Amino acid sequence: MSRPARERRRVVSVEPVGPYVLVRVERGSLDPGAPGQFFMVEAPGRVLPRPMSLCLAPPGELAFLLDPIGPGTRALAAAEPGDRLHIFGPLGNGFRLDVARPLLVGGGIGVAPLPYLSDVLGQPPAVLGFRTAEHAEAAVLVPNAEVVLDPVLVTDVMPTDRDVLACGPEPMLSAIRALAPSAQLAWEAPMACGYGACYGCVVEIDGELKRLCVEGPVLEQEEELSFSS
Amino acid sequence: MTAADVAQQLDAFVTKTVTPEPREGNAPTRIAETEFGMLNAIGLANPGRASFLRETLPQIARIVERPVWVSVGGFCARDYAETCEQLARDDVAAIELNLSCPNVDEAPESAAEIVAACREVVAKPLYAKLSPHSWDLAQTVRAVESAGADGISLVNTLRGVALDARLRPVLARTAGGYSGPALKPVALAAVHAARTATDLPIVGMGGVRSGRDALELIACGATHVALGTVLFADPDAPLRVRRELADAAMQAGHASPESAFGAAHEPVARLAN
Repeated sequence: MSRPARERRRVVSVEPVGPYVLVRVERGSLDPGAPGQFFMVEAPGRVLPRPMSLCLAPPGELAFLLDPIGPGTRALAAAEPGDRLHIFGPLGNGFRLDVARPLLVGGGIGVAPLPYLSDVLGQPPAVLGFRTAEHAEAAVLVPNAEVVLDPVLVTDVMPTDRDVLACGPEPMLSAIRALAPSAQLAWEAPMACGYGACYGCVVEIDGELKRLCVEGPVLEQEEELSFSS
Repeated sequence: MTAADVAQQLDAFVTKTVTPEPREGNAPTRIAETEFGMLNAIGLANPGRASFLRETLPQIARIVERPVWVSVGGFCARDYAETCEQLARDDVAAIELNLSCPNVDEAPESAAEIVAACREVVAKPLYAKLSPHSWDLAQTVRAVESAGADGISLVNTLRGVALDARLRPVLARTAGGYSGPALKPVALAAVHAARTATDLPIVGMGGVRSGRDALELIACGATHVALGTVLFADPDAPLRVRRELADAAMQAGHASPESAFGAAHEPVARLAN
């Protein structure tokens, strides 16, 4: 497994993708890790970094897709080429890649880890769901994707005879879990540290509270997960 | 980098608080970032005393390779004393009594009563971690010193609330402990007040991000400086703060951080008129 490291790296570009923002940074000697793993990315001027799954790993770069909806993601979206950000990772457990018939499923900003995953798995089919056509512009990052817009849900069109690898909002992941028994699901939780120290990111797994940064963020179907909120 | 790598940069490692029984901690959401700090309501999640002593503590001692201070919590004086009794072992360098967690119900006894109960049963260095909420901290400090404390840890977090966009509390428990940069002036005041009341060692903490921050705590009377929230954003902070500390002292006109100890207590020479 790749060893996480923390480096201060230059921002290469900040590009809009529909309402989302793709932040590219120099890779330095950071290891991109496995798809589904995440990095703690410095949010300029904020107290805590933000956990971001890796979206793309082009040569010499790491790219993160974010939805600028809060103070941290807005600060990142306002970064300019040449700015330097602390990047710490890769962290957590990514997707298991030994699947025979992969199907990538993503919802909203949950498409973030899928471009890198698609690349590593040889561009398998994908189903992506978005709230609006503008949000769906992010589908350009994922090859071979079928796109559905609200009120159509990914679970309305998703074939069930595939090895599902999914990331998206909690209700979507719960619905996928009900349909696809062996799905690998990437979950999200607020994190302070990302490396197991703060116990802030717990979610309920198998009836126990466990740290998503250490046990996840990708969890297998058999790991029962629920959120109390 | 892992939590162990972070710990190995330290002079000593303070554990998460251990309680007599296992605690899952509070329901999520447990953390919230605010403009100048963060809130946590972890709720003393820990494996409980028996499992901690059998598994966690030896594991920590092996991994961090530094003196380990065990943070002890409880819900009555007896809880604290019974845990302390079991900490008379080689892998424990000191005991910090967490007398001020804002995220769980407090023990009915006073801080001094709890310290006295622990002092009776253990010879290890005993530090009392106090809340900054108290209006007369100096009095509390004198009381825990009389009860047998070997040192004071200041400060624990302040209670705070963060609201989401729809004006609902972010934390499942509504309130949590407020830490981070905003806490520094509170910590400085507490350490300063405590130093007027005691000559015991004081572990200063609260919002330290830089060598200058650490130096300010030392100037107020801290003999040791602890880091917390900064480690989440910057796991390399211990090395960096240590490196910055000597420079910060020089810039403040002191040959060393040691020579800045207590500087904030020196009478200020004022110009006439």
